[in-house]
Amino acid sequence: MSLDKGVRTNGGARIGVYVCHCGTNIAATVDVEEVARFASELPGVEVARDYKYMCSDPGQELIKQDIHDHNLDRVVVASCSPSLHEKTFRDATADGGVNPFYFQMVNIREHDSWVHRDVEAATEKAKDLIRAAVRRVRHHRPLEIRRVPVHDEALVVGGGIAGIHAALTLANAGKHVYLVEREPTIGGHMAKFDKTFPTLDCAACILTPKMVSVKAHPNITILSLSEVTEVDGYVGNFEVTVKRKPRYILEDVCVGCLECIEACVYKKGKVVDEFNVGLSTRKPIYIPFPQAVPQMPVIDPETCIEFKSGKCKKTCVEACGDRGAIDFTQEEKLEKIKVGTIILATGFKTFDPKRIPYYGYGVYPNVYTALELERLVNSAGPTAGEIVLRDGSKPKTVGIVHCVGSRDENTNIYCSRVCCMYSLKLAHLIKEKTDAEVYNFYIDIRAPGKAFEEFYNRVAEEGVHFIRGKVAEVYPESGGNGRVVVKAEDTLLGGVMRKIPVDMLVLAVGLEAHADAEEVRRMFNITCSGEGWFMERHPKLAPVNTFTDGIFLAGACQGPKDIPDTVAQAGAAAAEALALIDTGYVELEPNTAYVKEEECSGCKTCVPLCPYGAISFREDTKKAEINEVLCKGCGVCVAACPSGSIGQNLFEDDEIFQEIEGLLAHG
Amino acid sequence: MADERKREFEPRIVAFFCNWCTYLAADLAGTARLQHAPNTRVIRVMCSGRVDPQFVLEAFAKGADGVLIGGCHPGDCHYQEGNYKALRRYNLLKRMLKDMGIEEERFRLEWISASEAERLKWAVDDMVEKLKALGPLNFEVPREDFAGEESVA
Repeated sequence: MSLDKGVRTNGGARIGVYVCHCGTNIAATVDVEEVARFASELPGVEVARDYKYMCSDPGQELIKQDIHDHNLDRVVVASCSPSLHEKTFRDATADGGVNPFYFQMVNIREHDSWVHRDVEAATEKAKDLIRAAVRRVRHHRPLEIRRVPVHDEALVVGGGIAGIHAALTLANAGKHVYLVEREPTIGGHMAKFDKTFPTLDCAACILTPKMVSVKAHPNITILSLSEVTEVDGYVGNFEVTVKRKPRYILEDVCVGCLECIEACVYKKGKVVDEFNVGLSTRKPIYIPFPQAVPQMPVIDPETCIEFKSGKCKKTCVEACGDRGAIDFTQEEKLEKIKVGTIILATGFKTFDPKRIPYYGYGVYPNVYTALELERLVNSAGPTAGEIVLRDGSKPKTVGIVHCVGSRDENTNIYCSRVCCMYSLKLAHLIKEKTDAEVYNFYIDIRAPGKAFEEFYNRVAEEGVHFIRGKVAEVYPESGGNGRVVVKAEDTLLGGVMRKIPVDMLVLAVGLEAHADAEEVRRMFNITCSGEGWFMERHPKLAPVNTFTDGIFLAGACQGPKDIPDTVAQAGAAAAEALALIDTGYVELEPNTAYVKEEECSGCKTCVPLCPYGAISFREDTKKAEINEVLCKGCGVCVAACPSGSIGQNLFEDDEIFQEIEGLLAHG
Repeated sequence: MADERKREFEPRIVAFFCNWCTYLAADLAGTARLQHAPNTRVIRVMCSGRVDPQFVLEAFAKGADGVLIGGCHPGDCHYQEGNYKALRRYNLLKRMLKDMGIEEERFRLEWISASEAERLKWAVDDMVEKLKALGPLNFEVPREDFAGEESVA
């Protein structure tokens, strides 16, 4: 080989090659016996076998036994993606007494048998890939796993029920948690709900005690009105910058008496109240809802007279008196925190029904979103729990349109999972509180949870009407009485067009990823699905992990889910984070770059290339030096070095050249 | 006759996929059973910025009909900016390869994120289709634009 830069090792390797059937996952498309036979004839291969499940105990045992019996010093396993079982087989190799990095994995499932149907072509591909691995593995060098300590604090981003549950779980296990919340209070969407399906227990009754526990917990630091702006570092050692927006209230001085709100020069609410989704007004100094945590007011500088003109009588300051908790001079500040693991629990936003104009939201006053109705039903809401129209009258007929912004190729193709059930819940509550006739316009009722179907039956028995059909149009009833007519095809009546006038129309809006999900995901270096939901590492086996070690997912930021699923996932994410912290260290791939000092000419090409500042130029030796602790193993400097004097463990030039030649050395 | 041979021709593509985006997209294509042309052979690197131009030259020299590099979208690199380094090298190398008589279609750089299995399928199928139309890489064939220079020499 002409371009040999790495340290040559063991020309006369003794290699074992194992071709996995993966049941029929591989064997149905790749002629595994033929591939094993082919491998047995490759130079250096002592033994080549095919086996039903290499990842099973007997499969791993086979490797260990062969290492012993045939004195193997290299192992190649052709099976699934290395993201699944590379570690399994490295461990098996190590258990057999061979350095775990004398192992190479070949992906003949995800990259071969699962994506091709032509047996001949798939078998050829498997052979090429194995030939490449066999040639590569001869050049492997023994390496050691790097261990770095894990900082024992955690960061939870998002203070909804997912973040609250995750933070409490970690805190109860004795770990210190920073809980970052963008809003002035924790609680998230759940704090806005009245009842929860299917049990109808009051959302506030089950949520607020948890919120109080968060506040009271000595191991939790709540950073409200805060956002993460920068994430540095890596698993076990993240350095996170948090932007803390001013509350204009000194958090450690305020006792939450709320007298300042009472004293505000505005005697009545003046500004649209975000917490009540615009159904009421608040003052410029306000508390989002009575049980808010932290239990203290916040001043909105956009509307406060003192901020706008500087000429307010400042009755709020007067009311606060000697305590002096109000501080108009507070400024936004950046705080740096160091954590070992991060749980993302950033939640969702509801679909904006204005995107489907024919439902008339924002045009006809009596068309509401389901979230608005949640506030109306809520006894702590703008109408103290009375379901009334904007003119104050009680509705006698209510329509609920399902799948608004879900299961629709013009908006979102996915099912939002919660709308059927919350629609049934709202139907029940409307019936209970107003005795109105309730019409559900649905595509399918999806009730696939514990006691969900039973709840559906109960609501149906209560006399709620179900019309199976998509709503085609919503238009005002003639006469200007404020009612709207819902026009929908009833597919269970053979497509009869129904026109049902209702006093109130509720749109069961779906769940969407936050508008800034893309920025958040970039900041945390994780991936998103096309819809903006954060991607889990594996849909089944690593549902709370991400591809970035040490960062976990909880709740609806990963995809629409209901409260029980969210809490379960938050617990799982906390357990993963806990396992990491309690282990105390993480093992890092030994794929760092290093300078071959005798070959380095000191040209400094590499120095500015490293985004982590891991490369420095030593004035005394006139050579580059790589700090192994800072190096993350991308290999950019290796490819850039004009004299080939930088090597990369696990991805040495000679290893890759051998792989290239192996792939192409057929026939 | 020549046409028939061209139809049977199966291009060999060496693909360098980054560990964090494109390799995972190829894994996802597998999980989703997204069938695509069996002509690529993937070499996993941690970052598209690890792809040394010599790897590409070596692949062509050893008989590859095409080389495909797959990395994270600009701004999404797991290592902040390795993919930009890959892009710069790609642009330079592409010009060099052209001068060496290697057609542009034979060397591609694609940004494919971990969730874009469809895009991976498209990139592979599209490249295979173009290479099939082009035929095997053949260094022997003199290029038109070189003919003039040769006569001067």
